[in-house]
Amino acid sequence: MTPELPPRIDRRLAIKWMLAAGAGALLADRMALGAAAPAPAAARQGYGVDPDLVKAHKPGEYWPLTFTDAERREAAALCDMILPVEGDCPSASALGVQDFIDEWISAPYPMTAADRRPVIEGLAWLEAESRRRFGSGFADSSGAERLALCEEMARAPAEGSEPSAASSFLRRFRDLACGGFYTTPAGMRDLGYVGNVPLAHFDGPPAELVAKLGLAAEVRW
Amino acid sequence: MAYVTPSSAAEAYDVIVVGSGAAGGQAAYTLTMDGARVLMLEAGRNYDPGSETPMFQTPDTAPLRGVATPDKYFGFFDATAGGGWTVPGEPYTNAAAEEGRQFKWYRARMLGGRTNHWGRIALRNGPYDFKPRSRDGLGLDWPISYEDVAPYYDKVEMLVGVYGTNDGLENTPDSPEGCLLPPPKARIGELLARQRGRTLGIPVIPVRRAVLTRPLDHKTLPARLHPGNAKAQRILAEDMQSRAACFWATSCGRGCSIRANYQSTTVHLPPALASGNLDLVVNGMAREVTVGPSGNATGVTYIDKATGREHHAKARVVVLAASACETVRLMLNSRSSQFPNGLGNSSGLLGKYIMDTVGASWGGQIPLLENLPAHNEDGAGGLHVYAPWWLYKEQRAGKLGFARGYHVEFGTGKGMPGGAPYLPDADGRTSFGPRMKEEARRYYGSQVTFTGRGEMIPNADSFCDLDPAVVDKWGVPVLRFHWKWSEHEIRQVAHMQRTFADWIEAMGGTNARRPDPDGTKAILNGGFVIHEVGGAVMGSDAARSVTNSWAQTWDVKNVFIADGAVFASNADKNPTLTIMALAWRTADRILDEMRRGNL
Repeated sequence: MTPELPPRIDRRLAIKWMLAAGAGALLADRMALGAAAPAPAAARQGYGVDPDLVKAHKPGEYWPLTFTDAERREAAALCDMILPVEGDCPSASALGVQDFIDEWISAPYPMTAADRRPVIEGLAWLEAESRRRFGSGFADSSGAERLALCEEMARAPAEGSEPSAASSFLRRFRDLACGGFYTTPAGMRDLGYVGNVPLAHFDGPPAELVAKLGLAAEVRW
Repeated sequence: MAYVTPSSAAEAYDVIVVGSGAAGGQAAYTLTMDGARVLMLEAGRNYDPGSETPMFQTPDTAPLRGVATPDKYFGFFDATAGGGWTVPGEPYTNAAAEEGRQFKWYRARMLGGRTNHWGRIALRNGPYDFKPRSRDGLGLDWPISYEDVAPYYDKVEMLVGVYGTNDGLENTPDSPEGCLLPPPKARIGELLARQRGRTLGIPVIPVRRAVLTRPLDHKTLPARLHPGNAKAQRILAEDMQSRAACFWATSCGRGCSIRANYQSTTVHLPPALASGNLDLVVNGMAREVTVGPSGNATGVTYIDKATGREHHAKARVVVLAASACETVRLMLNSRSSQFPNGLGNSSGLLGKYIMDTVGASWGGQIPLLENLPAHNEDGAGGLHVYAPWWLYKEQRAGKLGFARGYHVEFGTGKGMPGGAPYLPDADGRTSFGPRMKEEARRYYGSQVTFTGRGEMIPNADSFCDLDPAVVDKWGVPVLRFHWKWSEHEIRQVAHMQRTFADWIEAMGGTNARRPDPDGTKAILNGGFVIHEVGGAVMGSDAARSVTNSWAQTWDVKNVFIADGAVFASNADKNPTLTIMALAWRTADRILDEMRRGNL
């Protein structure tokens, strides 16, 4: 089972979008998704050339998000197959990575809009495949069932053939999930990034490391 | 005096400075510290680095994890406000549609301009760089030599604070004692690049960047910079004490709220404002330099962006420092019965010889750098070392097929992650789960990117003029660019990429593929390196240049150009330090000429 997800947006924000975009437009968007052909997000506005750089932003602040609750649960479950909890490092879903992916595929920029359809269609395929095989949706399947599906999708294409749509989806979703995860303080720590702290002096690499790589002669100018 | 509005500005000033970046900041600093009354016009909004700089923010607090978008090309946290490759309501055009024939124009619309986000690389031009035509018969010589500019390089380095070393290398000048701050220690990947670069004959030395690796010496520098001027010394000494040294965190591209690196808003403008001699109008877009019956400039007409209304400010002298292309545009748009083709354009050369820096990159993965123990590699918020151009002899002997050199910048280390880490996905399988996380840790920090920055020779096909049909939102004609790289730049790019691929192999890495020997595949569009200079080149002959050796327009003696428009060549060295040195020199000349009663 997937963990309880952190809250996504508050009601006030949701109402703001409804007012801004118009309920009809949102509804039309959802219906289009139901037909497995996500509406292009290109008509929406980005954050512009002079946003506030200092305040903390949340997904959904600048453009409406896309996932249904079911898609969000499924995306979170897939995020956690890619980046599960390990020791004191939280899982991707606990860090809100599914909401970053939602923000990404909902954004109006060319490189993000290109991911919109593959992600929505990939999630729809994964959900249907899980129901067909296991009788339950992806998020509600057992860990072993989820793993079996992911292992299949992760497989390298047979020699000389193109990757399947399912395997391309997993690769792209994996990269998006990693992008969302490793840019959080917890993800950075897990990767081994120890910077972003003020120091009185900069000491360079540890002397033993320099010696080990045979670079001791290089530290003097 | 301080920030003013068009209605509270004085009737007349000694000098109007158009622009507030490296050129405008330096010109205004020099003029006001010596007592001249200056009005500065900035087309962008006010900008406060103290409160607006995202110093420790992590990408998860930014939209889309802070990745680059068309709105923020260098990422969300980059200190560019109000612009980028496009500025709303202020278009420009290109005469040609095809890639490689275009010029991309990066503009900020904020106080301090692009100095808020620049890379802080502060290299001096060398003696060759002022006399390129005398050396190889190509391009243009400057009417001045390195010796004319050297004292001003010294002053700028002392004022803004530049780290680096004196290495005595060809055409890579040393600085006198007391000019430079100590360089930061090299990162592990930089040390490896240095060691293996030696096997290819490439020298790697500390780069020079405008970052304080220790506080400035406020006890001796003010007296060296402003001899005999007690007030300037006092203001500068106080200001230097309010600038902190680098605390080795957060990228310089975000700007710096502790004022540890150079940006006009943290270094030039505070003392200039403290002098009491600077008035500053923001959101004031200069439209035209006005000329009186005598043929001298009378002032500047500008648009208050808040109201759309036009205003006029008067001054004895006008200094253009709007950035090379914006300065050219302003001059082309300053048409009158005396100057029907634009102010300062009697030679017909206004807008000609636009140059950018030649750029190309190549990267690889280095197994020796895998799985290294975690340690802090943030450093001075940018690169610590580089390779200055090293093949002067081969080039002189005609062995390279291109006439001018490049330097190499490189990026290595475990910097703050900005997206998905490198994962090799061996054998085509998509890695995920705990095994993938292990791989991410293993490869993190093991990638190296080399970036070439090379000299472009000015040519007749790279220039700008006014678009006959397109105007900006205030109805002012916009620039139209024309661009063509010569064989020299295209072959230089191919040489860069070949060298970088060899370097990666010398570091024990492998290249996913060898670079394409055709340089046209790798060369970036003009303007992409954001080192555009030229367009109003200085020279010794009024028929073949726009300004004299003092950056004073030949046609109108009280109009000077402080920015990169006057560059007669664009060495591989990043132009900002030279812009500042020349702006200081030009401002000194203006002060002298005003004292003599010639202006």
